[in-house]
Amino acid sequence: MSTLTRPPITEEPTALGYVETRGLCKHFGDVRAVDGVDLCVMEGEFVVLLGPSGCGKTTLMRMIAGLERPTAGEIYIAGERVDDDVPPRARGIAMVFQSYALYPHKTAFQNIAFPLEAAQVERSTLRRKVEWAAALFGLERLLDRHPRQLSGGERQRVALARAVVRDPRVFLLDEPLSNLDAKLRAVARFELKQLQRQLGTTTIYVTHDQVEAMGLGDRIAVMDKGKIRQIGTPRDVYDNPADTFVATFLGSPPMNLVEYDERTLVGFRPEHFLPREAFGGEADLVTYRLRVREVEYLGSDRLAYGYLEEERRSDQPVIAAVPITVTLPIAEGEAYEFAVRRRDLRFFDARTGLRKPAPS
Amino acid sequence: MSSGPQAQVTLAPPAPVFARRTLADRESVLGPLMLAPALVYVILLVGVPFVLAILLSFSSATAGSLDFNWVGLRNFTRLLSDPQFHRSLGNTLRFMLVSQVLVMVLAVTAAHVLDAAFVGKRLVRSLLLLPWAAPVALASMAWVWIFDSTFSVVNWTLKVLGLLPGWLYWFGEPGLATVAIITVHVWRMFPFATVIVLAGMSAIPQDIREAAVVDGAGFFRRLFHVNLPMLLPVVTVAVLFGVVFTATDFSVVWLLTRGGPYNSTHVLATLAFQRGILGANLGEGAAVALFLLPVLLVAAVVMLRLARRAEVGT
Amino acid sequence: MTGRAVLRGAKRVALYTAAAVFTVFAVFPFYWMFLTAFKQNRDLYVGATNLQHVPWIFNDPPTLDHVRLLFFGTPYLVWVKNTALVGLAVVAITLGVAVPAGYSLARLAGRWGERLGIGIFLTYLVPPTLLFIPFARVISLLGLQNKLGALVLVYPTFTIPFCTWLMMGFFRSVPRDLEEQAMIDGYSRLAVIGKVVLPLAVPGMLTVVIFAFTLVLQEFVYALTFISQVERMTLSLGVPVALVRGDVFYWGSLMAACLITSVPIAVVYSSFIDRFIAGLTAGAIKG
Repeated sequence: MSTLTRPPITEEPTALGYVETRGLCKHFGDVRAVDGVDLCVMEGEFVVLLGPSGCGKTTLMRMIAGLERPTAGEIYIAGERVDDDVPPRARGIAMVFQSYALYPHKTAFQNIAFPLEAAQVERSTLRRKVEWAAALFGLERLLDRHPRQLSGGERQRVALARAVVRDPRVFLLDEPLSNLDAKLRAVARFELKQLQRQLGTTTIYVTHDQVEAMGLGDRIAVMDKGKIRQIGTPRDVYDNPADTFVATFLGSPPMNLVEYDERTLVGFRPEHFLPREAFGGEADLVTYRLRVREVEYLGSDRLAYGYLEEERRSDQPVIAAVPITVTLPIAEGEAYEFAVRRRDLRFFDARTGLRKPAPS
Repeated sequence: MSSGPQAQVTLAPPAPVFARRTLADRESVLGPLMLAPALVYVILLVGVPFVLAILLSFSSATAGSLDFNWVGLRNFTRLLSDPQFHRSLGNTLRFMLVSQVLVMVLAVTAAHVLDAAFVGKRLVRSLLLLPWAAPVALASMAWVWIFDSTFSVVNWTLKVLGLLPGWLYWFGEPGLATVAIITVHVWRMFPFATVIVLAGMSAIPQDIREAAVVDGAGFFRRLFHVNLPMLLPVVTVAVLFGVVFTATDFSVVWLLTRGGPYNSTHVLATLAFQRGILGANLGEGAAVALFLLPVLLVAAVVMLRLARRAEVGT
Repeated sequence: MTGRAVLRGAKRVALYTAAAVFTVFAVFPFYWMFLTAFKQNRDLYVGATNLQHVPWIFNDPPTLDHVRLLFFGTPYLVWVKNTALVGLAVVAITLGVAVPAGYSLARLAGRWGERLGIGIFLTYLVPPTLLFIPFARVISLLGLQNKLGALVLVYPTFTIPFCTWLMMGFFRSVPRDLEEQAMIDGYSRLAVIGKVVLPLAVPGMLTVVIFAFTLVLQEFVYALTFISQVERMTLSLGVPVALVRGDVFYWGSLMAACLITSVPIAVVYSSFIDRFIAGLTAGAIKG
C-alpha cells in the first residue's frame, strides 16, 4: 500500500474546525478501520463521508459520537477536546442511525421527547418542542402511533425529528436514506438539505452513495481503507480527483484509466469521451480508436464498452457515455474515432496512483 | 435553537465544558459489577460444594458429626470391590443408553410426524409436552400406581388381550423393574427431544427440503442424506441433555423402586443417597456420586464444541 | 392415478395413527391420574385379575371424595403455601441476579463474555445428584435443616445459570442501535438499561419467572435431602412421600394432587417451551 500524503488539491481550512479530528485511529486487532484521519468540519458545514463499505467511515463517525473508543488521536467538538471521558450523552450531538433506531415501545411523541426527558426539560416546554419538531417534518398527526404503525418514510422523519428536537451542536447521520425506496429517497434528500440550511447545524453524513454525497455535501471526504483520500467540494472531487481511487469511485460509469506511458496513467470521464464527429471542428482534442464490444441503451445515454486500438493497456473496458442527442451510429464490433478534449484529461502516477501534472 | 449564522457566532466562542463520565457510564465497572452476584453465587454454591464433594469423597465424614478425617482412596477402593456399586454403575449406563436410543428413535419419528401438516398439530404438540412439563416426582407416582402389583392397568390390559399368561410383579422382579424405569425415562424425555428436533427441522431452509423432493429423493434418502445431517447439531443437544438428565436422575428410580428389588435397580444417584444420606456415610456417598463426573465432563466438552461452532458460525 | 390416491390416503392414515400413538403414550398417565382422582374406592381398588371390571372407565359415578380429603384431610395446602413461598423467593433472587448478569454478558463483557456465559451455563449441567451430599453438610453447618430457607438458598444454583443464559440471549436480541441511540439521546449506560433495555426485555423476564418457578416446583432431590418434617415440605416432595397412611398410599388423593399440580404447570410451561428450547439449543440452530 502506497502511503499517500494529503493531496495538494485539498482546501486546507485555516480556522479551527467546529468538529475536528487529529490523527484519529481505530484498530480492531490487525485491522486498521480508521488509520490516522485528520478531518476538519467548519461550523454550519455539511460534510459527507463517502466511501465503499468497510472504508472506516462509520467507525470514524462512531468515534466522534463517543460510541467507539479511538485507538489513538484526538477529537474536538466546538473547540473543546472530547476524550474518552466524555460520554456520548454529553457531547451535544444527535445521531440518526441507518435503522432509525426508534424505540419500539414508545409512541412517535415519546420517541421525539426522549432526548428532552434526559435533559429534564420542563413538561410544557417539552410538549412545545416536540410539536415544533413534529411540525418541521409533517408528523403532527402521527404522534400517537408506535414505530411499527409507521411507514419507512415516516419512521425516518420521526428519527430526524428526534435528532433536531434538542438543539444539537452536531448532526451525525449514518446512511439515513438507505432504507427508503428510490423515489422517496430523492425527496428526502432534498428535504434534508433544506432542513440543514434552515437550522444551520453542523452535519456529518455517512454514505456509500455518491449521488447522495454529491447532492448533499458542502464538502465530500472520500475515504478508503481507513484514510481520507480527498476532501473537497463535490465539483472539486469529481473534476480533480486526487488519485485513481477517487477517480474511479466517483462517477457512474467511473473514469476511464488507460496507460499513457510507462509511469503514467491517463484518465478521462466517459461523458467526455465522444465520437470525434461530435466535437465538430474543435481543436486540441486527443483522439483514440475505440473498438466497440457492446452498446447499452440507457434512455438518456448510450454506453459504449470497448478497448482502445492503440495497444494501450487498461484493466477495465473503456467506456464512452454518448448522450442521446449525439445520433451517430455506434455498432458492436466496429471501431470508431473517439475523442476527448485535452483539458479533460487527468494524469496519475502509475505506481502510487496519485494525481500528477500532464507529462510534457 | 441555533438558526442561521447569527446564532453560530454566539455559540462558538464560549467553549462548552463537557460533562465527564460517571459510574453509570463506565462499562468497565458496570460489567463486572452486574456480573458479580451471579458469579459469586455460582462459585460459592456450585463451585465450593463441588470441591467439597471431592474432598468428602476422600474422608470418612458422617452426617452425625462434623469430623473430617482424611482417608485417602479408601472410599474408592472399597467401592471398586463392592458388587452393589458395580451393579449401580452398570444400571446407570444401561438405563441411560437404552432410554436415549429409544428416545431418539421416537423423537425423530415423532418430529417428522408432527412436521407434516395435519389437523390438530398444535394440540398434539402441547399434549406431547405434558410428560416433560409435569413435575417428575409426581409423574413418577402416577407410574408407580400404573405398575401397582395388585391393580396394574397394564396387567389387566395385557390379560384381556390374551398376551399375559401369568402375572407381572413390576417392582418385584429386577428385569421388570428395569423395564418400568426405562419406560418412565423414555416417556419423560421423548417429548422434550421431539420438541428440540422439531425446532431444528423448522430451521432447515425450506428450499433445501424442496430441492431434495424435486431431485426425487425418497423419504429415507431424504431422512438420512438431508434431514439427519442437518439435524445433527440439534440432535446432539437433545441427546446431551437426555444423557445428563437420565444419568443423573434420582427421582424416577427412587420413587419407583427405591433401588429394589434386592438393591438390583440402584443407580449411582440413588446409591449415593442411600449410603450418604440414609446411611449417614457422607464420604462414601460423595465417592459414589463422583463417578457421574465423566458423563458430565463428556457432555460439557460436547457442549463447548457446539458453542464454539456457533461462535465461528456467527 | 387411483393407485397414487390410495397411497396418499394410506400415508395420511399412517400419519394420523402415528400421531395418535405418540399422543396416547404421552397422555395416558395423566388420564390415569384423572380416573383415579375421581373414582369411588370400590371402583378403584378392584384387582387387575378381575377381567370383567374394566379399569379404563368410570364404572361407578365419579366422586369428589379424594379431592376433598386432599384439601382438608392432608397437609396439601400447607405444601402449596410452602412451594409458593420458596418459589417467590427463588424467582426474586433469580431475577435480581440473572438479569444484570445476562446483560453484562451480552453487552458489557466484550470478547470474554461469550466464554464466561458458556461457563455459567455449564454449571447448569452440574446436577443436584452430585451436590446434595456436600450441601447436606453445608446446610447442617448453617443449621438450616428442615427450613424452607435451605431450599431458597440452594435452588438458585440451578435457576441462576439457566436464566442468566436465557437473559443473555434476550438482551442480545435487543438491537444495539437502540441502546446507542439512547446513549446519544442523553442517557448513561445504566439509564439506558432502565429506560430502553428492560422494557424491551419484559417477555424475557417473564420467561425467566416461569422457568425459575417450574424448576422449583419440579425439584425433588434437595427437598428430600434437607426436609424431613411433613409441614415444611414442598409439593413435589410432600405428595410422593407423605401422602401415606402407614405404608398404604391414598391413591385417589395422591393422583388428585398429581393432576391438580401437574396440569396447570404443564399448560403454562408448554406455552413457553419454545423460548426454553431456543435457550437450550442456542448455537446448534442457526436462526
